[in-house]
Amino acid sequence: MDAPKTSDAETRETAWASAMRAGLAGDSAAYRGLLVAITPHLRAIVRRGLAGTGNADAEDVVQEVLLAIHLKRHTWMTDQPFTPWLNAIARHKTIDMLRKRGRRGEYSIDGLEDVLPAPMESEGQSHNELERLVGRLDGRSHDIVSAISLEGKTIGDVAKAQGMSEGAVRVALHRGLKKLAALYRDPS
Amino acid sequence: MKTDDLIAALAADDTPPRMPLRRTLASALALSVVLAALVWAMMLGPRPDFMTAMHTVRFVFKFVVALALAASAAAVLFPMALPLGRRSALRPLLWLAPGLLLAAVIAELATLPASVWMKVWMGHNAVVCMLSIPTIAAIPLAVMLFALREGAPARPARTGAIAGLVAGGIGAFFYAAHCFDDSPLFVATWYTIAIAFVSGAGALVGSRVLRW
Repeated sequence: MDAPKTSDAETRETAWASAMRAGLAGDSAAYRGLLVAITPHLRAIVRRGLAGTGNADAEDVVQEVLLAIHLKRHTWMTDQPFTPWLNAIARHKTIDMLRKRGRRGEYSIDGLEDVLPAPMESEGQSHNELERLVGRLDGRSHDIVSAISLEGKTIGDVAKAQGMSEGAVRVALHRGLKKLAALYRDPS
Repeated sequence: MKTDDLIAALAADDTPPRMPLRRTLASALALSVVLAALVWAMMLGPRPDFMTAMHTVRFVFKFVVALALAASAAAVLFPMALPLGRRSALRPLLWLAPGLLLAAVIAELATLPASVWMKVWMGHNAVVCMLSIPTIAAIPLAVMLFALREGAPARPARTGAIAGLVAGGIGAFFYAAHCFDDSPLFVATWYTIAIAFVSGAGALVGSRVLRW
């Protein structure tokens, strides 16, 4: 299940675990670096999980996994290995996606249409789900999440532009992210 | 939206992480016990001959088995609240309470004449028992499910069921102090039905509210 115990995997584990510890302690640069570093790993797990059903939704799942990792980061016990925790979340969300599709009765056939032209979708691009869900956030959360993600603004920038305190921006951002996770669960 | 854009938003969210899950769950457990005690004190209270009854093995045994259930289920619950859903090494502990109960039933059957089995089995108030335990357990179950929402249980329904065993064990513990029926035959039947009901409710609610 987990990566074989090569020294590579061990090095990686050590690096990720210490970046996560730093992130939990408030080092947001280390945290961001970690999220970037784990993304290809998550993508591989998700694609493997969805293999055979067409990878059309893979990047959606990767994004949902990242969101879950962020919102559930306090469930990593810092004295435990990091990679298995990460893998468990990726598998959980992948299985969720398979279940959702199963419920919608979407298996096999319509996957084929997506498989053939698939490579034109660039890595890290998900054109629909996340964007659609961000679009469903209410006014202020929507503006703040978009400004920080799409426009690359900092919390300070947004606070100035919106005439809010930085604390209020932080709260709205956090609520927005939690709301996004809820929308992934129940997109009705 | 690109994945990198999302990462920018996640990294900007520097809201401090929640308190470690272990502490959240421990607090919820403590709060559950206090609230269960309050509900019990307001609705039922101890039976009048409580102090005398404490000298009988059958009466004391009810607390032992309820405590064994609540404590073992609580020990198993914690690792279940994590994404890994690791099988706790403590899991065999869940057999402790049923094992104790089974041994007590055998001892009871061996010591009591068959003519009174039926009478002690049916007891005075089986219906009250089956209603009271879930009533006392309801708030603890709600408190624990609420706390578990902070976690990320790999199996929401199963986690809810175990939370139900903890709550049911707490409910049984307090109800036992009120209940006049001390025979293991009574406990093994009616307490078990009541606790199973609480556990089932935990599974049902958990399968909804513990998804993440």
